[in-house]
Amino acid sequence: MASNTPAPLPAGGSGMGEERRPGSYAQAAPAESYLSSPVGLRSWLLTLDHKRIALLYMLTVMAAFAVGGAMAMVIRAYLLVPKKDMGGADAYNQFFTLHGTIMIFLFVIPGMPGIFGNFVLPLMLGAKDLAFPRLNLLSWYLYVAGSLLAVLSIAVGGVDTGWTFYTPYSTTTAMTGVVPMVLGAFIIGMSSILTGVNFIATIHMLRPPQMTWFKMPLFLWAIYATSLIQVLATPVLGITLLLLTVERVFGIGIFDSRLGGDPVLFQHFFWFYSHPAVYIMILPAMGVISELISVFSRKHIFGYHFIAYSSVAIALVGFLVWGHHMFTSGQSKFLGMLFSLLSFAVAIPSAVKTFNWLATLYKGSIGLQTPMCYALSFIFNFGIGGLTGLFLATLPVDIHCHDTYFVVAHFHYVIMGGTVFALLGALHYWWPKMFGRMYDEFWGRIAFFIVFVGFNLTFFPQFILGTKGVPRRTYNYLPEYRFYHTESSIGAFLLGTGLCIVAVYLLHSLFRGRRAPANPWGAATLEWQCPSPPPTHNFERPPPVGDPYDFSGLEYDRASGGFVMKAAENRATDEHR
Amino acid sequence: MKLETVNLKPGAFGLLLPKLLAAQEREGFWFQRQASTSAQQIDWLFGLVFFVSLFFFVLIVVLMIVFVVRYRRREGAGPEPSTSHNFLLEMVWTGIPVVLVMVMFYFGLKTYLDLRMAPANAMEIQVLGKKWAWSYTYPQAGYEEQPQAEDKPAELHVPRGEPVKLVLTSEDVIHGFFIPAFRLKMDAVPGRYNMMWFTATEPGEYLVQCSVYCGTRHSEMRSVCIVHPDRADFDRWLNGAKLKSQGALTPAERGRRLYIGKFSCAQCHSADGRRIIGPTFKDLYGSETPLSDGSRVPVDENYIRESILDPGAKIVAGYRNEMTSFRGRITDKEIGDLIEYIKSLSKNYQPAPAPQPAPDAKAPAPQPAPAKKGAADGQ
Repeated sequence: MASNTPAPLPAGGSGMGEERRPGSYAQAAPAESYLSSPVGLRSWLLTLDHKRIALLYMLTVMAAFAVGGAMAMVIRAYLLVPKKDMGGADAYNQFFTLHGTIMIFLFVIPGMPGIFGNFVLPLMLGAKDLAFPRLNLLSWYLYVAGSLLAVLSIAVGGVDTGWTFYTPYSTTTAMTGVVPMVLGAFIIGMSSILTGVNFIATIHMLRPPQMTWFKMPLFLWAIYATSLIQVLATPVLGITLLLLTVERVFGIGIFDSRLGGDPVLFQHFFWFYSHPAVYIMILPAMGVISELISVFSRKHIFGYHFIAYSSVAIALVGFLVWGHHMFTSGQSKFLGMLFSLLSFAVAIPSAVKTFNWLATLYKGSIGLQTPMCYALSFIFNFGIGGLTGLFLATLPVDIHCHDTYFVVAHFHYVIMGGTVFALLGALHYWWPKMFGRMYDEFWGRIAFFIVFVGFNLTFFPQFILGTKGVPRRTYNYLPEYRFYHTESSIGAFLLGTGLCIVAVYLLHSLFRGRRAPANPWGAATLEWQCPSPPPTHNFERPPPVGDPYDFSGLEYDRASGGFVMKAAENRATDEHR
Repeated sequence: MKLETVNLKPGAFGLLLPKLLAAQEREGFWFQRQASTSAQQIDWLFGLVFFVSLFFFVLIVVLMIVFVVRYRRREGAGPEPSTSHNFLLEMVWTGIPVVLVMVMFYFGLKTYLDLRMAPANAMEIQVLGKKWAWSYTYPQAGYEEQPQAEDKPAELHVPRGEPVKLVLTSEDVIHGFFIPAFRLKMDAVPGRYNMMWFTATEPGEYLVQCSVYCGTRHSEMRSVCIVHPDRADFDRWLNGAKLKSQGALTPAERGRRLYIGKFSCAQCHSADGRRIIGPTFKDLYGSETPLSDGSRVPVDENYIRESILDPGAKIVAGYRNEMTSFRGRITDKEIGDLIEYIKSLSKNYQPAPAPQPAPDAKAPAPQPAPAKKGAADGQ
């Protein structure tokens, strides 16, 4: 480390003199990067490298996204115009069930931690890998096994229960794919728990001594809070799904009122996991946004402590709000009151984060590259998604809006407009680091615009459908709602087109993209201090730890097209690190 | 008196955002026309939350756009120096949302407690959900309103201006009883009774829709709530409907009522040859139906009885085992009526001509049904 300090600090890590020009590693990188050595399918399938496992996750999770997205297109095609009869209703019911289960269990929950948690977390710590690399590989195999079992359910009779598997419908439906689907979700849950354990252990054990808790990048705070939920809540889902299986196969009477059970008990069990799971989905997204807003404003994140604490607050309070899914189930007035109050409480940390992001923009130097476009639109979409949560926390308004398209729109504004937009932002942001290639900025922005417009056109009309009283999960609707439904379908097709464009130019960049410098965005977190793409063991020696949001030590280097550390004399004032 | 206070408030917001805000006289941007006191309360609350949300959303988006334009990246210019934390400022923007959500919580809770506690003088109606129809029982009058025909669901009749309390339950899976014009819904859960109440304010017909996904025909599980202008009009309807339901009927006619109403067979079995969920009843009796194990079974009284009480015993080829048993829910007399109705749909069955006391070889008929039918015809 000492040898690094006097020289203009290279943005990379193999410690030789030629590192003055980060561009030069970019040329040399393919020979030694984690992508190119070792070679062979076997070396990928048995890899213990967190970066390769991240790419395995990326491949499978994105495949799930494509399948779930295709199903969304089918659903919107069904709903384009009102129907005259019920032909195709059973198929429709299976499509929305598969769309939900695939998107939730196979895409959104494992997506952020599996891809970016895996790839970035050790790099941000300046570590060589996660604490338990073998466990990490096992997580991926469990994920694949669970996913295959879930998809198999289509072949063995299909599932038409909705992703929520409400009893007694799920225990009595004639469609016989319920058990494999539920067991698939159970196995994916195991994978999720192992990932969480691994991340928590890594953050505790592999954090370099200079990096105190409050010098961690905020993405790590978010991942840490997420992992806490994964470890604490997912076992409840596992138990619930096993109970459901036993109920369906043996009829033991836990949830079936004819056998003395209580169908609403299932809803309590299910949402005890599935509401915190919404925070598994959104917290890492918020972490990404904190990184992007700061880096692309070239300004220290505003209110670091408030953002860090708010992640933990969301994770903890998020455990106590599950009952707001049951305001119309007949639960007691007292529970209704309690869950309403707590649901309002969980809105506060989200509001705090939003204001802090805005304050970070203030007096910054804001670059509108594609990742920042997604980050800013996250604030827009999540603003709508979060604020419509207030409607649903207000008890009587929820009684009207519950189980209508209003809830569908609210949920998609948070998860699609929030998490998926953040995931796309993260994908563009870390793409150069992952593959050593730059994507095409022009097409990036074009596609962003299409995705943004398509998304809002799809889901905003659904708020109006909801307040007008159109229930969700319906195959048919009254002709007077045709305008909004058609609008929504057109938006969905536009959104699908936009996402296809993203896939095309990203894949194209793998072969034709400009070689990426080590630090194309001028970020100060540690992952940008190793070459793009990183070598197998990330860093030759631990990189120097500083404030993750202090950009004063970086300057643009025209030759490489990226950022490098300023020469020592310019950095004299920054010696607090 | 409660009514007046809530009526005043939307006006105040209405001045600010006449088009977007709730509580319109006619169908507005957000809602269907209001038709109950609860709708007025809920629309006012929606307006409150909407107003607060809109304010913050506009604030956030405008600030974001202003900052992005004002501080966009320029050649050779870095960020201006500014602080990266300000405890007081952060406490303020934590505190303001806390206060605002507590206000929303308070008003929400007040209305919610109101919605959950029916007045003591409320008229009670029992609501039963089943796949995929609603039925309504008026306990005081001893009248049960069932679906009248396959495309004519049962109607919920209520008088205007009187509190009505619905006691909901379900016979099979969870359904949700939702009247958008009243802004109210409550789940109908098997094995428990849930309650909702309302006072309708406008005479008219309002859509009732199932809100909890319940299978193939969930989106068609609709009904209608008819608000009578006054109690007298409502009583007239109730007495008329009750009289009509008590008229003398042939077994086949009784069977048809059971087929459409009480047991909702019509949800899955058509009477005109269409395939819905299960096999059609048209020309079923007296035919030989193929089973999923490859064998064929003659459709007679015993087969029909077995299919009602033990639906899984013989599965017709090409269909799923979707039906639940009616054992314990259906009497022998009702089974007999249904058999008569199914017979009447079949060209394979010729009833004996009524006047002659003909010994009918084709129908040994353990039921006393044919005789009764003759008697009814004779009247």
